[in-house]
Amino acid sequence: MSTDHHKESFLTKYIFSTDHKIIGLQYGITSLVWLLVGFTLMMIMRYQLAYPGNPVPIVGNLLGEGGIMPSEMYNSLGAMHGTIMIFLGVVPLAFGAFGNYFLPLQIGTIDMAFPKLNAASYWMYFVGSIVMIVGFFVPGGAANSGWTSYPPLSVTATMGQTVWLLGMVFLITSSLLGSINILVTVIQLRAKGMTWMKLPIFVWTQFITAFLLLLAFPPLEAASVLQLMDRLVGTSFFMPSGLVVSGVVQNYTGGGSPLLWQHLFWFLAHPEVYVLILPAFGIITEVIANNTRKPIWGYKAMVYAMVFLGFMSFIVWAHHMYITGMGTSIGAFFQTTTMIISIPSVVILTTLFLSLWGGSIRFNTPMLFALAFIPMFGIGGLTGLPLGLAASDIHLHDTYYVIGHFHYVVAPGTIFALFAGIYYWFPKITGKRTNETLGKLHFFFSFIFMNGVFMPMFVQGLAGVSRRLWDGGEIYAHAADVLYLNEVMSISAWLLGLAQIFFIVNMIISLRGKKTGETNPWGATTIDWTDTTSPPLGHGNFETVPTVYRGPYEYSVPGADKDFTPQSEKG
Amino acid sequence: MADLTPEEIRHHVKTYVIVFVALAFFTIVTVAISYLDLGVGASVVLALGVASIKGSLVACYFMHLIDEKITVYWTLLITATMFLILMLLPLGNMLAQIKI
Amino acid sequence: MDIPYTVKDRPDTGLYNGKLGIWLFLGSEVMLFGGLFSAYVFLRTGAESWPTGADILNVPLATLNTLFLITSSVTMVMSWASLKLKEFDKFKLYAGLTLLLAASFLVVKYFEYTAKFHHGLFPSTNNFLGIYFTLTGLHVLHIIGGMIVIFFFWMPGAKMWESDPDRFTNRIEIVGLYWHFVDLVWIFLFPVLYLL
Repeated sequence: MSTDHHKESFLTKYIFSTDHKIIGLQYGITSLVWLLVGFTLMMIMRYQLAYPGNPVPIVGNLLGEGGIMPSEMYNSLGAMHGTIMIFLGVVPLAFGAFGNYFLPLQIGTIDMAFPKLNAASYWMYFVGSIVMIVGFFVPGGAANSGWTSYPPLSVTATMGQTVWLLGMVFLITSSLLGSINILVTVIQLRAKGMTWMKLPIFVWTQFITAFLLLLAFPPLEAASVLQLMDRLVGTSFFMPSGLVVSGVVQNYTGGGSPLLWQHLFWFLAHPEVYVLILPAFGIITEVIANNTRKPIWGYKAMVYAMVFLGFMSFIVWAHHMYITGMGTSIGAFFQTTTMIISIPSVVILTTLFLSLWGGSIRFNTPMLFALAFIPMFGIGGLTGLPLGLAASDIHLHDTYYVIGHFHYVVAPGTIFALFAGIYYWFPKITGKRTNETLGKLHFFFSFIFMNGVFMPMFVQGLAGVSRRLWDGGEIYAHAADVLYLNEVMSISAWLLGLAQIFFIVNMIISLRGKKTGETNPWGATTIDWTDTTSPPLGHGNFETVPTVYRGPYEYSVPGADKDFTPQSEKG
Repeated sequence: MADLTPEEIRHHVKTYVIVFVALAFFTIVTVAISYLDLGVGASVVLALGVASIKGSLVACYFMHLIDEKITVYWTLLITATMFLILMLLPLGNMLAQIKI
Repeated sequence: MDIPYTVKDRPDTGLYNGKLGIWLFLGSEVMLFGGLFSAYVFLRTGAESWPTGADILNVPLATLNTLFLITSSVTMVMSWASLKLKEFDKFKLYAGLTLLLAASFLVVKYFEYTAKFHHGLFPSTNNFLGIYFTLTGLHVLHIIGGMIVIFFFWMPGAKMWESDPDRFTNRIEIVGLYWHFVDLVWIFLFPVLYLL
């Protein structure tokens, strides 16, 4: 596609742009807004958990009579918090924003393979996210059957659930188009000399993530169609015979299976969690290599571990279903694969950790987030083990232990990695620097309060407090001793929210700052830093497309004149 | 496919016609088999078997898979693996379900 | 600067971008229909009773439809081959035939569906009919989508033949791959729903 320099209107240059950098920024800004929205929903929920039945300040009037949150509203907030954070926030930021902006730059090409398809995938995401939010405004409110939408509850739920399903169709389509673009770009458009084993780890993680999205999402799309049919046309794919709801015998043909939904849902949703973590691994690797001034220890091990992880992610899903009456042989199968899949994660974390050894560590803001990622993801991973083992999972399933586990991997895990990425790549995107003091304040307070929110969840979970309880377990005797933790967690959550102000202010004042004129302030080796201006050229990225001669992390090469050697520097 | 000569294209065209006849033939065969009372197992195996033959003909000759590149083969191998997992594991789960 | 390998093959993979793109897309489509087939197997295996397809559905009509689609696959690949032989008029003829055969498929499906409704048989009647309507309905949507794209290249998009014939030929090859896949899905749908 020839990029002739015809006169571009504001619409074609900024709104319907086909340039991967603009599209990456569109994904980035949109997803950050949705992350804030999803976070706000949680802050409202946490008021109810801390002070059940009390009128909620500020937004109370939007929630219910006298400002008191009804339980259905709590359920809506919960379902939408999960949906928004995963599908409208983290994945579009990690994959759509970072992937689109930096992958072509890191492999040395001028754009993605299919620029128009790229624009289409962003707009699908945008439309899908609007559809999701419309759910709050329909009679009965937004979806309230959990982000997992289990039937029969979801099939009998109010209109918001239909809106959720339609929104998912748009979001899944967006994802599929994006994955195809990433895969073809990596396979076909690598610069001369950029062989597979010279790819930055960031590119590897985006590539594997794209495969997961490509093959795991469609069964959920199929399942969504089936659930739509159940809701709108009266089929019984997921509705068992003889269903009674609130004492009323339901008028369905029956013969369906709620478990069928669970299988099709988790077939996606398990690979989805690796979609959530893999780009984070990629970003962390870039930041750690750069700030230790050393090559990554175990590049090959990391690549093989990630590929193996991607494959294994497709055969562990029923560990989300241990308590559905699964036979012991099939339970043993999934338990075994689940235990096996912890191995590549450990390999990756170990390579990252060992990469620090003997390094000349620079403790700048991106590196702080990257360093914190390692133990935080470690806690998340380790707490996954009792969940992956069927016997202990029977006690812990659907308790706060699960919520603690997955939030540790996603929140001080992935989201910290995404912050690291934003601070790291900000100078490349804008040509300006962020404020280090504000960055460090953002980091320290976020780190403290993340642990304040999520660590107590393990305690509550072990005590048997179930998830999705609108009163935080208040009516249960077994929760009495750990109930006080609700207020602790809520206050931590609100303070965590306040801590983000450091980030928002930093972004605003840094964007308004002066350009520094530096194109590679961190002294990085990858060609996104070494061979482009800051920001990169509007059309074509590179003045001359580089040829690659070296691996991605040639820091502190003996005999070299500087402590980093660009990939594009001749040997 | 950019490098095929006109003669090779004409040879391909002959192949397309042969494949078309084969497909029509197998369609008749599969319908005919369905009228025989063979029991569940045999019916399923035969129906899917004939469908697989027809599908392979479409894939190999109409979609030119028979002389495609290795990258495409890898894509399809990975897809086929995931497809089999999707077909077999939920079913295995259900068959192993504890009956109360 | 142009994006490389949009028309020419990349030397080490031997592919142009669009061809790899469509195969990846077809991989995702395998998983989409796979999800529905998996649902079919799950529901049927777990069901106390399940009707025989031939008792409810019209096998002769569906056989005719199968022949329509198989023929349309031939005409589709012939339309591509015509372009490789630089015979644009033959391309128009074969592409037009493909559209005609696809439309015939849709007409038959229309009669099939309305006959069911007329007899009070709806997707909600039982799970067999539910999965039948869903599987064939999704397939029909794919046929319509394919027809729209083929029509575009048959009519307004055909002017790319003048400006960039190799690129146009590649586009038809890609559309053809999609169309053959739609035929492939039916090759499995037909025995599974109608004959088993």
